[in-house]
Amino acid sequence: MNPKTRAIRTGIGRGWHEFKLGLRSPQDQGFYLVMALVILGYLWLNRNNELEGTSMLLPTFAMPSILGALIAFGLVIGPGYALAMEREDGTLLRAKATPHGMTAYVSGHIVLNSLGLVPTFIVILVPGMFLFDDLMQNGAVGWITFLWVTVLGLLATLPIGIILGSIVPSVQKMGTWGFFPIIALTAISGIFVPIQSLWGWARVVAQIFPIYWLGLGMRSAFLPDSATVLEIGGSWRTTPTVIILSLWAIAGFVISPVVLRRMARRQSGSQVEAARHEAAQWVR
Amino acid sequence: MVDVDMAPVIQVSDLRMRYGSVDVLDGVGFEVRHGEVVTLLGPNGAGKTTTIEILEGFRERSAGNVEVLGVDPIRASEDWRARVGVVLQSWRDHARWTPRSLLAHLGRYYEPYSTLERKRPYDTEQLLKMVGLESQAEQKIRTLSGGQRRRLDVAVGIVGRPELLFLDEPTAGFDPQAKREFHDIVHALADLEDTTIMLTTHDLDEAEKLADRILILAGGRIVANGTADQLAREITREAQVRWSLNGEQFVHATTDATRFVRELFAQHGEDVSDLEVRRATLEDTYIAMVQQFESGQGTAAAVEAFEEATE
Repeated sequence: MNPKTRAIRTGIGRGWHEFKLGLRSPQDQGFYLVMALVILGYLWLNRNNELEGTSMLLPTFAMPSILGALIAFGLVIGPGYALAMEREDGTLLRAKATPHGMTAYVSGHIVLNSLGLVPTFIVILVPGMFLFDDLMQNGAVGWITFLWVTVLGLLATLPIGIILGSIVPSVQKMGTWGFFPIIALTAISGIFVPIQSLWGWARVVAQIFPIYWLGLGMRSAFLPDSATVLEIGGSWRTTPTVIILSLWAIAGFVISPVVLRRMARRQSGSQVEAARHEAAQWVR
Repeated sequence: MVDVDMAPVIQVSDLRMRYGSVDVLDGVGFEVRHGEVVTLLGPNGAGKTTTIEILEGFRERSAGNVEVLGVDPIRASEDWRARVGVVLQSWRDHARWTPRSLLAHLGRYYEPYSTLERKRPYDTEQLLKMVGLESQAEQKIRTLSGGQRRRLDVAVGIVGRPELLFLDEPTAGFDPQAKREFHDIVHALADLEDTTIMLTTHDLDEAEKLADRILILAGGRIVANGTADQLAREITREAQVRWSLNGEQFVHATTDATRFVRELFAQHGEDVSDLEVRRATLEDTYIAMVQQFESGQGTAAAVEAFEEATE
């Protein structure tokens, strides 16, 4: 086995180890718990709201859409924060100082962040199934759609997270660079309310980005075909979903290594030292 | 393979580094031979860290030739990385890992580079013992004290059994005992593992204890290069002689202390007491050199003075 393949294997082990550490950490457990409470609480409070012009209840519509948005959220913000943080604390420099360390580092993050979707989905779907009736209306076929949308969504959004983490000037800037844009995009992507009820320009912007298509793909997995009356063009538009998410994935896989390498090349001990001073200043 | 041992491990000539319009390094040149422990000393802002980072391949230089283990570090391969150890100052990375799991993990990267003469990586347990972290091996790294954390940094730097090790201010913030233990590690690496070591420090006492050779970097150039002893002798040639005579204290500075003392005894015989001959320490030398720069005499003059002194 050549050193590079070996490094990828070591990296997968690294991601798996970090995933297990995360599951055991009260900080991460708390994060999953709060996220589940907020989302399920919102859906529960709106459990009797019918969507305008249909007999569909809001949770039935919003649950799959939220799952779609969570993929984008977790895989853009997650690696974005991690990379920005690990640039500052020296993790990345350490990877750089190790033979094939960067290869393993990136493999580790791909594994860690992909696995992170599992607890995210479990804490929302499992209680959701008990709280709300008829969430999944397409049986086994629906679950298969759920799986491929998840995988494609992961491939489309993870590179964005890596690029974001590489270009954001500091961890403190992640709010303006990552968090708020995603929140804004989620608001116009037809996650909480059907996109048809939004302004025309918002519909155009939303359709450029993966969040809308992830929500749409998830709805096509969970909802009956009659629900397409709420969608643009009255269809699940499966082919455009696949094409657009794939385009994002391809672009991401072409661009992210270049950006990542450029960022890694500039890493040095004095940069880590400077970030450390800055962080100390910030805390004070 | 003989050639590898004969060629210097680090070879630097006319190294220049310019930030904006400021020349931080202005023609630095030196060599480090196989198995040597070399310390780079210099005032803050003299460019020590910049120099080390260029040698580590973390920073691009403006001009000059640099070869480390026969390769230009900025173009070095991953295989070169396996032969070079870098001790970095960590602060909150791998907070949830334990020292044992982190060292075992990082060691895995070096497995393909194991050779008959140099088994890579270090055995995790041996390494933990070497840096005195056996009882913290299963503790979360986040909970380590500052000194323990730095010892972990050293362990991480050497996990791949490097042929060449870089340490940038390794003992900053160490208490005296931790410092002593760290010095023992460095000695062991140099003597038993045949590791070439280059470090920077602010601690002159440390430089004197560890280094086979000291380089002083000031004004963007290497202004002194030699053993602590050589530097002290050559730059400050005078020694101080103190004695007392019938209860009265005397001090005299001389370039030939032996002759002065002989004459002293010839003249006063048994009346001389409390005799003390003190050569300039590395600290005296260092302060004198740095002061020369700060009083504006400039690099050229000091280098000349040094070259004259060592001729």
